[in-house]
Amino acid sequence: MTLSAKTTFATAAFALLAGMALPAGAQQKLVPAQSDISFVTKQMGVPVDGKFKKFDAQVAFDPKKPEAAKIGITIDLASASIGTSETEAELAKPDWFSLKQFPQASFTSTTVKALGAGKFEVAGKLAIKGTTQNVVVPVALAQAGGNTTATGAFTIKRLDFKIGEGDWKDTSMVANDVQVKFKLSLTGVSAL
Amino acid sequence: MTDTAVPRYTRTAIVLHWLLGLALVGAFSVGLYMADLPLSPQRIKLYNWHKWAGITILAFSFVRLAWRLTHRPPADVPMSPPQRLAAHAAHNILYVLFFAVPLVGWAYSSAAGFPIVVFGVLPLPDWVPVDKALAEAIKPWHEWLAWLMAFVVLAHVAAALKHQFIDRDGLISRMSLRRG
Repeated sequence: MTLSAKTTFATAAFALLAGMALPAGAQQKLVPAQSDISFVTKQMGVPVDGKFKKFDAQVAFDPKKPEAAKIGITIDLASASIGTSETEAELAKPDWFSLKQFPQASFTSTTVKALGAGKFEVAGKLAIKGTTQNVVVPVALAQAGGNTTATGAFTIKRLDFKIGEGDWKDTSMVANDVQVKFKLSLTGVSAL
Repeated sequence: MTDTAVPRYTRTAIVLHWLLGLALVGAFSVGLYMADLPLSPQRIKLYNWHKWAGITILAFSFVRLAWRLTHRPPADVPMSPPQRLAAHAAHNILYVLFFAVPLVGWAYSSAAGFPIVVFGVLPLPDWVPVDKALAEAIKPWHEWLAWLMAFVVLAHVAAALKHQFIDRDGLISRMSLRRG
């Protein structure tokens, strides 16, 4: 092999290995049919419930080494279901999710801390509508028959992500606090 | 101190009549205007005010009905039997609608997934299930019953004016805010 060919090969191999952020064979799988991501906020005191019908998760989690875990969630914001089609049409607009520009929201974990008894604290970056914020998400894991369910909830301030701009900035109309609740069903997680 | 010239309604009945009459006209007008607005913070405000007004009217209507059942109104002024029938029928229909219109509105709001939180602080129970199909079925009834009430109110006002300016029988002084 020539020197340049070796270099090319070495660079390619290095790039391939570096790109593999996940240890081989450690990928868990999301079961979307048994999973849920929903949110609640208030409109002049009246609770408004919504949920996302399309989302995906990339999870590399070894209960014996939780600190090495890597979790990535992507949510298809157009799949938001929030009561009326009129409200859903409003959510697509630039003042709200601005779907044309930012069709997806994502969560990428940075650290995972085990708190004992199946409870974890996952810190990470939440990116919505071009803004990224640090969040800390408490997660509780429960295992039953080959399935592991991760549940938790956390509150975000919609204005931090510029969700609801212009006239909609008024938090007495639509509250700033939005509680996000999730239940993710995973297969392939070894025993806790 | 009794007014022997013209038997009048009680002061409570009179106050309730005008207060609720005003509130009903207000709630109806807001309802009419808000229903055609595009979604906006302003529309959310109007919808909620309309619901708060409706629930307040409903609550006071219970008071009004209780008072009416325990305090006999003055005897009818002389009028032909068909007129008397029409007058009593109109009043009875109005009493039914004072309850039916806000109750149907409440049911519609609940079925549509928007529980009513009065003045933004007092959540009312949903007494119908959250169900889109049910909401669609209920929705036109709130509007039709409100229009029926508006029609009967107009007939009621027209009849009162007729008694005042055509029959000249002093009937409306029985419900006047002014004494005698």
